Parts: sequence; C-alpha cells; structure tokens
Amino acid sequence: MAEPLLEVIGLSVDYLTDAADVRAVDRVSFTVEPGEFLGIVGESGCGKSTLLFGVTQLLSPPGEVAEGKVTFRGRDMVRLSRGELRHVRWRDFAVVMQSAMNALNPMKSIGAQFKDTLKAHEKLSAEDVRERSVGVLNLVGIDPVHLASYPHQLSGGMRQRAMIAMALLFTPQLVVMDEPTSALDVVAQRSLMTKIKDLQQTLGFAVIFVTHDMSVVSRYSDRVLVMYAGQIAEAARTEAMFARPLHPYTRGLMNAFPSVTGPRRELAGIPGAPPDLVRPPSGCRFHPRCPEVMPECASREPELYPVGDAEVRCLLYGEHATEAG
Amino acid sequence: MKYLARRGALFLVTFWAALTVNFVIPRVMPGNEAQAVLATFRNVNPAALHALEIEFGVNVHQNILISYFEYLKNCLTGQFGVTAQGVPVMTEITSKLPWTLGLVGVTTIIGFVIGTFVGILAAWRRGGRLDAILPPALFIVSAIPVFFVGLLLIYFFAVKLGWLPLGSNYNLGATPSLSLSFIGDVLDHALLPGLSLVIVTAGLWVYSMRNNMITTIAEDYVKTARAKGLSNRRVMFDYAARNAILPNLTGFAMQLGYVLGGAIVIEYLFSYPGLGYLFYTASTDHDLPLMQGLFLFYTVAVLVCVLLADFATALLDPRTREA
Amino acid sequence: MATDGSASDVAVTDGASSGEAGGAARRLLRAVLGNRKAAAGALILFVVVFMAAFPGLIAPDDPHAIIYPPNAGPSSAHLLGTTQLGQDVFSQLIWSTRLTLFVTVIVSAIATFVSMIIGVTAAYSGGVTDRVLTVITDVFLILPVLPLLILLAAYLSPGVTSLVIVLTITSWAFQARQLRSQGLSVRSRDFLVAARVRGERGIYIILVEIVPTMTSLLVASFLALAVFEVGFAASLQFLGLGNSGELMWGTMLYNAQQAAALESGNVWWALAPGAAVAFMGAGFALLNYAFDEIGNPALRPVRRRRGRAPA
Repeated sequence: MAEPLLEVIGLSVDYLTDAADVRAVDRVSFTVEPGEFLGIVGESGCGKSTLLFGVTQLLSPPGEVAEGKVTFRGRDMVRLSRGELRHVRWRDFAVVMQSAMNALNPMKSIGAQFKDTLKAHEKLSAEDVRERSVGVLNLVGIDPVHLASYPHQLSGGMRQRAMIAMALLFTPQLVVMDEPTSALDVVAQRSLMTKIKDLQQTLGFAVIFVTHDMSVVSRYSDRVLVMYAGQIAEAARTEAMFARPLHPYTRGLMNAFPSVTGPRRELAGIPGAPPDLVRPPSGCRFHPRCPEVMPECASREPELYPVGDAEVRCLLYGEHATEAG
Repeated sequence: MKYLARRGALFLVTFWAALTVNFVIPRVMPGNEAQAVLATFRNVNPAALHALEIEFGVNVHQNILISYFEYLKNCLTGQFGVTAQGVPVMTEITSKLPWTLGLVGVTTIIGFVIGTFVGILAAWRRGGRLDAILPPALFIVSAIPVFFVGLLLIYFFAVKLGWLPLGSNYNLGATPSLSLSFIGDVLDHALLPGLSLVIVTAGLWVYSMRNNMITTIAEDYVKTARAKGLSNRRVMFDYAARNAILPNLTGFAMQLGYVLGGAIVIEYLFSYPGLGYLFYTASTDHDLPLMQGLFLFYTVAVLVCVLLADFATALLDPRTREA
Repeated sequence: MATDGSASDVAVTDGASSGEAGGAARRLLRAVLGNRKAAAGALILFVVVFMAAFPGLIAPDDPHAIIYPPNAGPSSAHLLGTTQLGQDVFSQLIWSTRLTLFVTVIVSAIATFVSMIIGVTAAYSGGVTDRVLTVITDVFLILPVLPLLILLAAYLSPGVTSLVIVLTITSWAFQARQLRSQGLSVRSRDFLVAARVRGERGIYIILVEIVPTMTSLLVASFLALAVFEVGFAASLQFLGLGNSGELMWGTMLYNAQQAAALESGNVWWALAPGAAVAFMGAGFALLNYAFDEIGNPALRPVRRRRGRAPA
C-alpha cells in the first residue's frame, strides 16, 4: 500500500475563550490515501469545520492547535515554519470554503484573484497567467470571459465552481472542501458534485469533503468519518457504513434521511441537542441521547474500537462486548 | 449609478436644509437678536442690506414664503449679505480660507493616514502589545477635547521650552511671499495647531479602522487568501485593509464636521487667522450675517467631502456600481 | 458570515439569555469588574460622581470667595493655587464638577432618548416615515456641530439652560442610525407580531416591547455621547459662549484664558480644569470601549498560548 497522502494523528484544537478553554476537536486521527474521497459528516457544531482548519493550519485566534501531528507527504505541518508552510499552500493542498460569496474577495475580479495566487508561487508571464486561468475555468465549465467579472456578478453555482477552479491552479494533490454545496439548490448541487467527481477522476487529487448532508456523502465518497462533539464516532468505508451503520449516532443520522428510492418508513430524528463542549457529558459524549445506552456509558469513555475495516467509538463494541451491532 | 444618484440627492437635500436652517433660526429663536444686530449696520450696500433683511426677517412685511424664496434666490446667486463692517460675507470668507484649508487639509490627511496604518497594524497583530495599548490610548486621547491638547502643547513647547511661537500664522511684520524663510515661518507657526489636530483625528481613526479590520480579517476571503499562500503583507493590505477602509471613507468625510469644529477652537487658541478665528470673532461681535454665512460654508464643505468620498467608494467598490 | 474557527462553529453556549433583570445585572457587574478598561472607567466615574455629590467634603473653601492672595502658586493652603481674582482654584474645580456632570448626563440622556424614539419609530414604521426620518437624521449628522452650536448660542442668553438645549439639538442624530438598525433587526420577531395581533398601538409596542431589548445598545449610545458632550460643552464655554459666572470647568477655562493665565505663569489654573474635562471624558471613553468589547466578543483581547501570529 502506498504511503498515505495525509496522516492526522491525535489532533486536538482548543478555543481559548475568556470563560474557559473549549476543546472543539478531541484527539482526532485519520488518514487520507492519494486519490481518495473522504467524507466527514456531523451535525452543526460537532467540530468538523474546526477540524478542517486545524488540519490545514488556518485557525485564527482564539482557536489553536493544542496537540497532535498532521503529516502531509511526510512533513509535519504543525511544526512547519510560516515560510515553509506558505510554500506548500495551494500547490500541494487547496481549500474550498463553504460560501464562495464570502470566500472570494468581493472587490477583486476573478481573474485578479487567480493572478494573485499564481504570482504568489511562481514567476509567470502575463500570458502564462492568462493561459492557466483560462485553463482552470474550462475545467469547471465557466466561460473565460468571466475572468473580468466580480464575484457578485456570478450565480451561486458559478461562484462555487470558480472557487474550485482557483483551487486547481496548481493541480494540488489534496483538495479540502468545507460544505461547498450547502449554499446551493439541489440541481446546482448535483451538477457541482458530478463536476468535482469528474475532475477527481481526471486529475487524481484526493478530497476531504466536510458536510452535514449524508446523501452527498453516500453517493460520492469512498470513506466516511462521522463526527460527534469533537470526536470521531465512526469511521468506515462508505458502502459498509450505509449497509451496516455501527454507532447508534450513525444509525440515527441514517434514519433521519429519507431515501427517494427505498421503502417508505417513518422519519426519526435524534432526540436532544449536541452537548455544550465547555462541559461535555461524562463518559461517552453521546450517552444522554443514545437509544442503546448502557449503565456504564455514563462513566466510561469509549475508545475507537476496530470492527473489521471500520472503527467505532462505542462501548457496544468495546473489549467487553460480545457481539458487534 | 443608482448609488451615486441617491447620494447626490442627499447632497442636495442637505444643502437645502442648511439654507433653510439659516432662514429658520433667526425667526425661531427668542428675542430680537437679529433686529438689534442689523440696526448697527451703517453705510452698507443697500442691496446687501436688503438681502440680509430677507434672510433674518427684519423690517420685512411680506408673506414668509415669499421671503423664503427670495432668500433662496439670493443664496443661489451668491448674495450672502455683508458683515458688520460692510464687507461682503463671501469676500471675507475667501480671504481667510487658504489658511484654514492648509491647516485642516494637511492635518486631517496626516491624521487619517497615521490612524489607518496604526489601526491596520494593531488589528493584524491581535494580542500583541501594540493592540493592547495603542487603540485604547489613542481613543482616550481623541476623547480629550481638542483645546486641551492645544493648551498642553502651548504650555510645553511655547511657554516652557520656547521652541515654537505662541500664536498667529506668521511673525507679525513679515511680508507674505513665497520665499523659503517665509514658508518656514508659516510652518513654524502652524506646527503646534497642526499637531493638536493630528493627535485628535488620528485617535478617532485608529479606533474605527482597527474595529473594521478585525471584522474584515474574520471574513472568509481573508482566510482563503492565507490558504492560498499569499504573503502576509499582501493579505494584510490587498485583501484585508483595502476592504476595511472602504466603509471608513464616508465616515471620514462626515467626521470632517467635528474636525472643522475643533479647528475653530484651535485657531482661537493660537490666534491663527483662518476661518475658525473669523467665526470666533463673529460670535463675540454678534455678527450674525457672517456667522450664518460661515455656518453655511462649513456645511457645504462637509457635504462636498462626503460626496467625494461617495465617489471614491463607488469607484473602488465594484458592488456599488451595480446597485 | 465567517465560518472560521470562531465560537459559532462549536456548540458553546454563551450564557447570555434574555433572563430576569437580576441575573443580567449580576452578569453586567461581573463583566465590568472582569474587564480592566471597564473597571478603570467605572472608577474614574465613581470619583467624579463623588466629587459632584460631596464637594464640601473634599474642598471646604468657598469657591466664589475672593479673599485669597491672587495668582498664588500651589501650596498646602491652596492645592492648585488661586485665580487672578483671588479665588481658590482647587475649590472651584471640585465645586464645578456638579454642574458639569449634570449637563453632560442630562444632554446625553435626552439625546439618547430622542435618538431612540426617532430610530426605532423609523425602523418600526418603515416606508415613507422611515425615509423621511432617515433623511432628517442624515442631514443633522452632516451639519457641523460646533459651528451650529456657536450659531445657536449667539441667539440665546448664555447659561446652562441654553447650553443643554443647543447641545441636545446638535447631538441627537449621532446614534440614531445604530438604534434604527437595531430596531430593524428586532422588528420581525415573534413577540412583536404577537403584540400587534393583540391590538397594541404602535407607541406602546415601541416603548414597552422594543426598547427593553435594546438596553445594552442604549447604554452604549449614552456612553458614546457622554464622551463628547463634556468636551463640546467645555469648548463652547471656552470660546466665551457660556456664562462665566456659573461654576463649570469650561467657564473656569474661559476665565483663565481671559486672564492669560498660561502665559503669565498661573499654569494650574489654566490647565487643571482642562485635565478634569479630559479625566471625565476618559472615564466615559474607557467604559464605552469596554462596553464595545463586552458586547462584541470579536473585539476582546486575545490570549495566545504560543504567541504566534497567523501563519
């Protein structure tokens, strides 16, 4: 097996607020293979976006990496100096944010923003800059005339595609996306996802895709991480997870999404609300809402237990468990 | 374009409002101030006197609306009446204008530049020493009334140390010319008043620029710029600062009124014979026509600056061009 | 809005709910004491209020009495020396606090109140009323304050009443914009719709339902105004448009200036009242600054564990 592209080991991110230090991401570990499509799912506030920024070294105060290693192509990103990090940015990995309207500078044209990026890393002539810019726009299916347009002049879907185009300027090996489809309608969503998948086949980059939308994840990702309250609840290959969800939380998430083609059944939500991370629940963080809660869940913190190819943070699968699921 | 049309309309409305204020105040205020003042005018150009009577409603026995329209007509044709000495108000104003223009023009620009720079740096280095001390310190300084800053400067530099002159705009007895020594003299005299104004305006600017920067830095596009690997300086200036300054521009222009007010006090304090000093002497002389003319002038000055700022915003912010 | 590592991303409850007044007051107190700037500002204002309330305790000498040797320097008998006429400067300073504070507070309170009425009415009524009120506000915002003050003062007889009137006229527009935005954001909330359905009249809704939700903004507005009112009042009096017989810091400055105190060496008389004005202004400014921070967490001082600037 080839060396993983990205290895996150025990990453924790804290917010240093006036009231207390909040651990938003708690000892998260995962790997990403070259060309793999990894989905990270969870409710709002579970820490998935924070995880993303922690991995890509884009945290702003009061957020800080508290501990852990993030190894990308063999180098620990957390320990890199600012200059070295800058060199690696965008060439090796790019970030696509949630709302392109907010992620694109409203006062600069698309072309100008592409040019900035190109010039920051390579010495290119004006012609080269234009060629590359046109090239990436073609990749995502945007008419090159829009190099002169400003973000507010493009439709939502186009903006998002422009962001992806910008991410591909250096054909990086990893593209990290933070809910890029949330702001789009279903049709635009589908079109964007298909495009992303296409590009992935053609250019061969890996994708980390953070979302709250299980349906997107089910269709497009190779593997899935389910996050809850700052921790990984379950990690498995997509088909396996959807066929046999292990963690009660994952099961709850599946039940909350109707299938258009499947049989009709009652929709069930997950009772309660995500915990306050200032004072998380004792033991297993999900236990107050868990339909399969056991007495020991309130006192014992579960580890990530291996179940076949997957990993589950649930005492049901702990050393003392007799069966899985 | 709609944006500019709207701002242009506001300009006209405010201009009209200022003209109307000048018409309304004498009629609304208790007492017979205006009548008493105009009675002291002698040997005055009759047309000018008549214009004043219309403006102030003295000795006028016509329908108030008729007076109003005649007054507006007078204003639009430049007939603002005369001062107590019989000098046309406009002439008086234009003769003193250059001194104030120089003083206020230069200091507000310097104050704006300093304040903006410091604000940008303070916001960029959150948690650093600069951010902890400078903005609150400068904000407090800007809360100190301008004249006190002036008094302190006078005390330290003019009285105690004797380095700089106490007042006026150039040495009495010197003849104005474009010679280096005269210019040096002028600068000498303008230094303390200018410094007072710079200190106060910079303080105002640091605070709002810093706050704007902090909000802008939190925006996603700044994060994206960092993610793209752009140099720190590039992100700070080209992405954050440039976008943060824009909302400041119009505010900058509107605050000009405050600065002009401060300049009045400073000119009084330093006996600097500009428009501010003129306003002061007009008020002690109860020269109402001159005061009202000056008030109108000040308002128009602020309005023009606001309009210019609006133009600049429209030019620099592509979003307004569509709106 | 930003989706970066800000607290909105993580499920952290802020603890700020629209609870009972008691809880809010306690939280406020904790916030004020916890924030250094707020504590400093509060201390300054406490001192000022004390000076205003009990001047006799600090300065037993009669401020008007013209019995002392004129232009004397500071001494144990006269902490700040005496005026040209032989009055004790320190006494005058302390005894002036009352009227100065009174004027500042009254003007800021009335102006904030008017600002609020106008802003919220504009927000609540919408349509033409909103447009008209907004234009009026904008116009007043552009009219330069001190020139207008001087102009108005020329017509009125100098004194505290005129001072309060002219200051209020020129200051009410200052915060109207912010208050209107806040009013707009509150306008469509459920409890307002409920009130309308109940048939309550507009004024009732404005005063009883909307205004209480805006208390923090109102306090912030009051503070922001107070910072500048004390300076404007003093400036006006300094220029000679006040009543030099009234005991205020501004009139003290005027008298000192008329007597050319600074040039002739009576430095304390010339500078002390100005310092007092700056002192009070600083107190309000500190509280205002801290209030901004308390209200907007993004502006608060940032702690770093390892002291790195963003990479």
